Amino acid sequence: MTIHLSAADWWALFVHFLSLSLMAVGGAITTAPDMHRYLVGTRHWLGEDQFTSSISIAQAAPGPNVLFVGLIGWNVGMNAGGGPATGWRAYSLAFLGLLVAMGGMLVPSGVLTYAATRWAHKNRELRAVRAFKTGMAPIVIGLLLTTGWVLTTAHDQPARDWPLWVLTAAITVIVWRTRLHLLWLIGMGAVLGMVGLI
Amino acid sequence: MPPTPLIAEPSEVLNAPHSRTDLFWSFSWLALQGFGGVLAVVQRELVEKKRWLSREQFVEDWAVAQIMPGPNVVNLGMMIGDRHFGLSGALAALAGLLLFPTMVVLALAVLFATVADNELAQRALRGMGAVAAGLVAATGIKLAGALSRNPMGVPVCATVAALTFIASALMRWPLGWVLLTVGGASCLWAWRCLGAPAQPPEPPVLAPLTDADSGQTPQP
Repeated sequence: MTIHLSAADWWALFVHFLSLSLMAVGGAITTAPDMHRYLVGTRHWLGEDQFTSSISIAQAAPGPNVLFVGLIGWNVGMNAGGGPATGWRAYSLAFLGLLVAMGGMLVPSGVLTYAATRWAHKNRELRAVRAFKTGMAPIVIGLLLTTGWVLTTAHDQPARDWPLWVLTAAITVIVWRTRLHLLWLIGMGAVLGMVGLI
Repeated sequence: MPPTPLIAEPSEVLNAPHSRTDLFWSFSWLALQGFGGVLAVVQRELVEKKRWLSREQFVEDWAVAQIMPGPNVVNLGMMIGDRHFGLSGALAALAGLLLFPTMVVLALAVLFATVADNELAQRALRGMGAVAAGLVAATGIKLAGALSRNPMGVPVCATVAALTFIASALMRWPLGWVLLTVGGASCLWAWRCLGAPAQPPEPPVLAPLTDADSGQTPQP
C-alpha cells in the first residue's frame, strides 16, 4: 500500500509512540491494541496484514518483543516511500520510521526508568509502590488477553476464518500447558497456512 | 520475624561486569537467545552463569523492571548497567539488547517483504498470525496464576482484568482511558487492601492566616 505522510504526520506518528511509551506497563505488547486502533483504524497508515506480520515476525525473531514497534514504524515508512519496489527512497523512509517509532517508544520510558529505579529500589516496601504493582497486575493480564483478541478478530468471517480461530485456541492451550519451543509453533503455523489447511 | 543468624555473606560469590564492553556483549548474547520468553534466559544468564545478581536480587529487580513502563528486559538491563557504570553502562546494556536483534528482525522483515505478494507467503503469514495471537493470550493466562497471591483477592482481580478486556477489546477505548479509569481505581483499591489504617501525610505547616492577610477589617 502507498500513503502520503506530511511532516505533520511524521510528528503525529512520533507523538503517538511517545504517548504510548509511559503506558507500556507490562511490556510494549500491551499497547498493541492502541497502535492498531490509531495506525490501522483511524489513520490508515498501515494495512491489517502489515500490522499482524510486524507482531508475528518480531515474536518469531530473538530479542525483546518491543522490536515489533520498530517493525511497525518500518512498515509505515515503507508505505510512505511507495513500497520496496521504489528502491532506496522507500528504504530510507522505512529506516526513519523505525527510528521514529523506537525512539518515541523507548525515550520517555527509558528516562523515567533510569530516574525512578533507584528510588523504587530503595522504597520497595513503600505502600504506594506496592499498591501500584498490586493494582496494575490484573490490568496487565486484561491487556494481554485484549491483544490476543484483537489479533484473532482481525479475521472476522466465520465461514472462512474458523480454522484460524481453532489454531489460536489450540496454540493458547499448548503454550499454557507445555514448554514446547515457541519457534516450533510459529513454524507450524506457517506450514499449516502454506499447505492451505487454515 | 524470627531472629536470623547474621551470616555476613552467602556462600555464593557474586561477579560484576568487567566493563561497558562486557555489558554490551553480554546483553547482546542474552537478547539473541531470547525467543519468546526472555525471562528464563535472563535468569539463567545473569544469575546462574554470570552471577551478576543473586536470586533474591534478581527477583526484586525483575519486579521493579516490570512495574516501570517500557520493555521489562530493557528496564532490567538499564538498571544493572547503571548500577555498575552509571549512565554509560545503562546505554551500553540498552545498545546490546537492541542492536543485533533489530538487525535480525529487519533482515526477516525484508526477506518477508520480497515474498509478501506471493500467495504462499500470505498463507504462511495467516498461520503465523493465528499462532502469535495464541502466544499472547497464553502469556496472559500463565501470568494470571500470579494473581492468586495478589492482596486484592482473586474475585477483585478477575473483575479488574475482565473490565480491562471489555473496555479495551470490546469497546475499543484508548489505552490511556483504560489505565486512568480501571487502572486508577484498581491501584486505589490495592492501596486500601494493603493498608494499615490510612495515614494521610501531614499537611505542610503553614503560618495561620490572620485577618490582616485578607485585607479586611478584623471581625470581633
